[in-house]
Amino acid sequence: MGDHAVEALLRVGDSCLVLAQRLTAWCGHAPALEEDIALANVALDILGQARGVLTRAGELEGAGRDEDALAYLRDAPDYRNLLLVEQPNGDFGQTMLRQLLFDAWAVELWSAMTASTDPVLAGIAGKAVKESAYHVRHSASWVVRLGDGTDESHRRMAAALELLWPYAGEAFLDDEVDIAAAESGLLPLPSSLLSPYRHRVETVLEQATLAVPPDPWWQRGGRQGSHSEHLSYLLAEMQVVHRAHPGATW
Amino acid sequence: MSSREGWPLWEVFVRSRAGLAHQHVGSLHAVDAEMALANARDVYTRRGEGASLWVVPATAIVASDPDDKDSFFGLDEEFRHPSHYVVPDGVVGI
Repeated sequence: MGDHAVEALLRVGDSCLVLAQRLTAWCGHAPALEEDIALANVALDILGQARGVLTRAGELEGAGRDEDALAYLRDAPDYRNLLLVEQPNGDFGQTMLRQLLFDAWAVELWSAMTASTDPVLAGIAGKAVKESAYHVRHSASWVVRLGDGTDESHRRMAAALELLWPYAGEAFLDDEVDIAAAESGLLPLPSSLLSPYRHRVETVLEQATLAVPPDPWWQRGGRQGSHSEHLSYLLAEMQVVHRAHPGATW
Repeated sequence: MSSREGWPLWEVFVRSRAGLAHQHVGSLHAVDAEMALANARDVYTRRGEGASLWVVPATAIVASDPDDKDSFFGLDEEFRHPSHYVVPDGVVGI
């Protein structure tokens, strides 16, 4: 397996890692104690998915980088996550909408990845698909409650959708890395996941009484290393302890 | 955290993997049954404790009155316990 395999796996693993980091910022701040625990559960699941995929990427790379080296010792231009997941949390509704747009992709991705030619990845996906099936249920439920809630909650969800919708499409844009990874049977072709994704997301939005926006020009570049300014701040916070005390343990 | 006045209280019952009956494990707040079940899953089954969940509106539970403690539970009815039964010689495994 060549560089395309590592690159393709970083796109998945980094997306999970960055989103997990974003979600942990809700710890202690969620609107209800029960939701606080629920969000932490989701964050930990997704962090676990990131660990598995990044560990595998390091093994396939064969340069001696483990999950920690990949997570803590790369800068923003080396990250390959979707732009969607680095977007700020905003209010609770904005976080939940971002989560829906991610979860609906993740559940299709893991489902397809259970058939990966790499048995390690197939194993990771087999565990992750069960987690993501719950995550999307959770985020969809909140999007419907808030979208179809009060005037204020509807207004906020409509604003979140307008803000985040242009980031929803990046996960389905194929490039040469994706095509190579799909040809080797490692990962599904991103565009192959679009149709079930669109169906799932649009069904939720309709239930939430939120108008499905027309397709914009999809914001892109994160999977190739071109990020918004938000990622550097996120990484600075995530990496500071490891970089100040390399190799520290407790 | 903002106020959640008006979120009803629910009692949570979990049947463990090896257990035969649901056991009361605690309570939580949720706006409706669907959210109560999801919250119960998130709060009370984080470590693989459960194979089945019940959530019950706390208002649906009828509780005994503490003032009835003596008449309900304070009776001396020793004859209901097998404490005077003599185990015959030769019986093992009791």
